Parts: sequence; structure tokens; C-alpha cells
Amino acid sequence: MSRSTMARPTMARPIMAPWPLVMLAAPLLPFATSGGTDLYLPQIPAALALFALTVVTILSRRLPGSALGEALLLLAGVAAAYAAPLVLLRQGHALAQAGGLWLYLAGATLLLWRVLALLAGVSGPVRLAGPALFGLALVMLWEILTRGFQVPTILLPPPSLVLTAFAANAADLWDDFRQTVLISVLRGYLIGCGAGFLVAILADRVPFLARGLLPLGNLASAVPVVGIAPIMVMWFGFDWQSKAAVIVVMTVFPMLINTLAGLQSAERIQLDLMRSYGAGYWRTLAMLRLPCALPFLFNGLKINSTLALIGAIVAEFFGTPVVGMGFRISTQVARMNLDVVWATIAVAALTGSLLYGALALAERHVTAWHPSFRKR
Amino acid sequence: MPAAQPAPLTLVPPAADAAPRTIVDVRNLTLTYQTTDQPVYALSDVSLSISKGDFISLIGPSGCGKTTLMRVVADLEQPTSGEVTVNGMTPEQARLKRAYGYVFQAPALYPWRTVERNVMLPLEIMGLPRAERQQRAREQLDLVGLSGFERKFPWQLSGGMQQRVSIARALAFNPDLLLMDEPFGALDEITRDHLNLQLTRLWLGTRKTCIFVTHSIAEAVFLSTRIVVMSPRPGRILDVIDCDRDLPRERTLDIRESPEFQRIAHRVREGLMEGHSYDD
Ligand SMILES: Nc1ncnc2c1ncn2[C@@H]1O[C@H](COP(=O)(O)OP(=O)(O)O)[C@@H](O)[C@H]1O
Ligand SMILES: [Mg+2]
Repeated sequence: MSRSTMARPTMARPIMAPWPLVMLAAPLLPFATSGGTDLYLPQIPAALALFALTVVTILSRRLPGSALGEALLLLAGVAAAYAAPLVLLRQGHALAQAGGLWLYLAGATLLLWRVLALLAGVSGPVRLAGPALFGLALVMLWEILTRGFQVPTILLPPPSLVLTAFAANAADLWDDFRQTVLISVLRGYLIGCGAGFLVAILADRVPFLARGLLPLGNLASAVPVVGIAPIMVMWFGFDWQSKAAVIVVMTVFPMLINTLAGLQSAERIQLDLMRSYGAGYWRTLAMLRLPCALPFLFNGLKINSTLALIGAIVAEFFGTPVVGMGFRISTQVARMNLDVVWATIAVAALTGSLLYGALALAERHVTAWHPSFRKR
Repeated sequence: MPAAQPAPLTLVPPAADAAPRTIVDVRNLTLTYQTTDQPVYALSDVSLSISKGDFISLIGPSGCGKTTLMRVVADLEQPTSGEVTVNGMTPEQARLKRAYGYVFQAPALYPWRTVERNVMLPLEIMGLPRAERQQRAREQLDLVGLSGFERKFPWQLSGGMQQRVSIARALAFNPDLLLMDEPFGALDEITRDHLNLQLTRLWLGTRKTCIFVTHSIAEAVFLSTRIVVMSPRPGRILDVIDCDRDLPRERTLDIRESPEFQRIAHRVREGLMEGHSYDD
């Protein structure tokens, strides 16, 4: 069955849905306004050229012999459409009333849909280009829409402005990253997850401990960060210790609960087997119960990676040395430097995704045997 | 009623050391499971004595306590009353000395271990050196016809193959006593015949003591020196049938056509039917 997929590239590709063709109506509407007058497509040579390029790629999409070829060709058409508003803005045109241009962009975005669908069917590492293109397109649309409709930068700055702020404040952002992620988050996360794990092992051996701790866990996870953060700052001071303490409070119980569930997930017959070999508690733990618990452990680690980042940033609102991502956000908001705030948010989002992604990758590698990852 | 002690088997020459002739001795064993609604009388006053080299089959309808009896012998279940000794020791001492290999009703393989490493598991626990572990695992996998599957993971094998891996695992550390709970229940007829033949050869060659649970009368008669017919509610022994008197020790598959074989099979069937009529 799986062999037959090798034949797919030579198979006929599905026909294109007609929706991208809405852009053919674009020449009927204004493409830009300049000094209060509407300009139509033939009056703007650059826009005309880009529009023609997109239409030509659509018309000639059957020429390439493979799905990948068609995807690349159509991608050029999409890129031309996304470039058009940026070119027009550079030429000093206003775009808020430019119905034709927006129709062109809508059609191109629908065309991108087909590009992504084609790429999803391609085998090999090219597949990974799909999600990347999707992300890039979102950022591009964000740029085009915020600038085209002149959204106030206080509300939402375009990504180019965020990137500029990022470059201009790179040194500060790096210091924040080091303080928040490399010091507070890392230490708090390791302490919190480690403590949760160890307490779970203990609670698993001493049942009354588990019965006493679990309700406490529910209580702790219901306490809001903004409640404990100022208390921790009072207890442990301004530096990383108070942030780590907040993270520990947030992460200990998710890890404890997941580890406990994982340790209990070994089947009776598997336990009986160990018993029949005369294996003791520790050996059974190492050779059976912990491997069984691995999927649960990773679940806890993944949940906690996000919680830890949130915890540290929020806790920094309540007092830090003058560095840290939470500190940066709170001070720059007060000064209306929203581009720096967004740059910090971007760093936080990127860090969180990378952390989560790395854990997911490790999980895939370590628990490849688990039903959710099995191949065949 | 509990069977009388059979004559000791003569094929095994009396050993010079004072090894006990009786490997498993069960006396007046009763086991009641306390469940939430009502007690389950899984075993009631069961007595059975198994000598070295015996091949005992337990046969009977589901729920008559076959698994429970094996689990008591293996120290996986505590009797409510009665005496059990294994190699002259308590079941717990015997378990800690790794006196038996247990083949469970389900394969119970560890999905994170390859087939080979599953077979090596008991050897790892016993602390055998790596090279020997590997060699023994290969031998046992070869014996159950699974050479070439060493590096596969359990879920990549069929149910029957998985069960054969679990048999290889029980054989790997060469225990003198083998407890097998419906090991061939999930296998097709041909594989089953093949493994039956291999099992009787193995048993003849090694003189292991075997306790074997099955639902198949033919399988029980073919393999056993004695067949224990059981009946449920409460779980008890109805009949113990000696096969060794009428059938040769060395058996081939065509022995199943012989009148002696048929006669014993008939008696087993009678016993099973008697157990059923008790219920109604
Ligand atoms: N752990 C248990 N708790 C309660 N009842 C059990 C348990 N194990 C087995 N039983 C009951 O004991 C009886 C004998 O079970 P079992 O020994 O598994 O029978 P068999 O193996 O002959 O089918 C059945 O009625 C079964 O429901
Ligand atoms: Mg059973």
C-alpha cells in the first residue's frame, strides 16, 4: 500500500479551484489613490507588471511536469501580489480605498492555499517548506494590512518596525533573554520539574502522601500568578530567586500529577512479570515503571515549559533588577514604545516555541515505541 | 475429589543429591477473592502434587480457577487457606530464587524493548554478561522460529509471534519449572501443532516440570503426563487423569489417531461435562 505512493508524482494533479480567479475582477476597481484621485491598473506600470505576472503563472500552471514545479511557479505569482502593495506604498500611494488591489491580494492568498496543498503532497524535506511559507505569508499580510490601512503603531506596529526595534535594541533584548530565560526560567523549571518528579516517586511509595498532596495540587494550580508573584518577591527579593520560586510553585504540581499517573500506568501483567523474576522495587521502577511513565513525564515537561516562561515574565512585573523580559515590557508600555514591547513578545514567543519543539522532538525520539508515534 | 499421589516417574533416575521429588505440593488450597459485591470462590479445597518431570495440564471452563491456581504457585496471589510448597520452599522463597518461568495469558512484552531485548530481560535482571544474554536470546528465538525478528519491536509482530517471544523469554533463563497459562490460545492450528511438538521435545530433552493451562482437550492429552480437570463455582478439581500409563512418553502428532488417545480424550470430555451439569 505504502509503496504505491511512489507512483504519485506522475499521477494527474487535482484541478485548481476557481476562487483565485476573483482577482480577474481587480482591474475594474481602483488600485490606489493618489492625492484624492483613484488610479486604475493601467495607470500604474509597476502594479500592472506584477498583476500580469500573477495571471501568467496561473495560466501556465500546467506547463511544469511535477506538483513541485507548479507550486514554485504559482509561488512566484503569489510573491508578485504580495510585493505589489509594498511597491505602491513606496511610490507614495494610499491604499485604504484600493478595492482592486485588495481583491488582487485576496485572490493571491487563495492561490497560496493551492501552493500549500501541492507542497503537502510532495514527499521529502520540501514538505517542511509549507508551514514556513504559511508563517511567512501571515507576517507579510500583517505588514501589508497595518501599513495599507495605516493602523496606528500604538495598536499594532507592522513587523518591519518590530524588526527595526529588534535590531536597535538587540543588546538589551539579549540581556533580558539571559536574565529571564537562561537564569530564572531554566533554574525554576529544573527545580520545579525535578521536585515534582521526586515528590511523585515518594508519594507513589507512601499512598497517604499522594492522597494529601493531590487536593493541595488542585489548590495550587487555582492560585493566580499575579497573587503569588508579589509574595515571592517579598520573600526572595528582586533577583532570579523570586522568579524561580514562582515557577516552582507553578510547575511542581503539573509534574507531580503527570509523574504519578505515569507510574501507575504499568499494566498488572507487566508488573507480575517483574515480580516473577524476583525483581525488587527499584529495579521494577527503573526497568518497567519509569519507561511506562515517559509519555506522561514529557507531557508534564511540555506543559511546564510554557508555564515557566509565563511565570517568569509575569513575576518580573512585580520587581526585578533593571533587566528581564517582563521588566522590559512593563517599562516600555509605560513609555509607549510598543515596537520594543512587540520585539520582546516575539523573543518570548520564539523561545517558548523552541523549548516546546525541542521537548516534542526529544519525546518523539525517546518514546518512539508509544502507540501515538508508531510507524506501521 | 483430590487425586491420589501418582507413582513416581521412573524415567528420571533418582538424583544423588537430596533434591525433592515433589516439585509442587498444593494441600487444601482455598482462595476467595473479596470483591465489592460478593466473595468469589476461585479455589476450594484444591490438593495436587506434582513430581519432577511431570507435565500437568489444567483444563476446565473459564472461571474455574486455573489461572488463580498457577498464580498461587507463582506467589502472585496469596491463598486464603491451605499449604503450598515449591521445591520444598514457600512460593515466595521459590519466586525469589527464580524457580519458575511464567508464560502469561497475554504476551506481556515491553513495547520499548526490541524482541531480542525482551527475551534478554530476565537475563539482565539476573546479571548475566552481555554476550551470554545475547547468545541465549538468539538460541531461544531460534527455537520458537523467530530468527531474523531480533531487532523488531513487539507491535510489529502478529499476536501469535508475540506469544512465541514470551515463551522464548520464559525459556531463556532455563528454569526447572515452567508455568504456562494458555500460551497457544491465540495461535492458528498449524503453528499450534508445531509448537506442541517442540514443547514436548523440549520437555523430554530437559526434564523440566511443566504446568500448562489449555482449553483444548487434544492438546492436553497430547502433551501431558497427567490432566487435571477442573470445574467452576467454586473452583475445584473434578478428576485427575493419568496419560502416562497408556501413551508413550515420546509422542508424535499421529498418536492422536490411536484408540488410547481417544479413550483418554473421551474421559476428559466426560469430566468437563460433569462439571457443567453441576452448574445447571
Ligand atoms: N483479581 C481478582 N479479583 C476478583 N475476582 C477474580 C480475580 N481474578 C480472578 N477472579 C475470579 O476468580 C475466578 C477464577 O478466575 P481464573 O483463575 O482467572 O479462572 P480461569 O483462568 O480458569 O479462567 C473467576 O470467577 C474470576 O472472575
Ligand atoms: Mg485464565
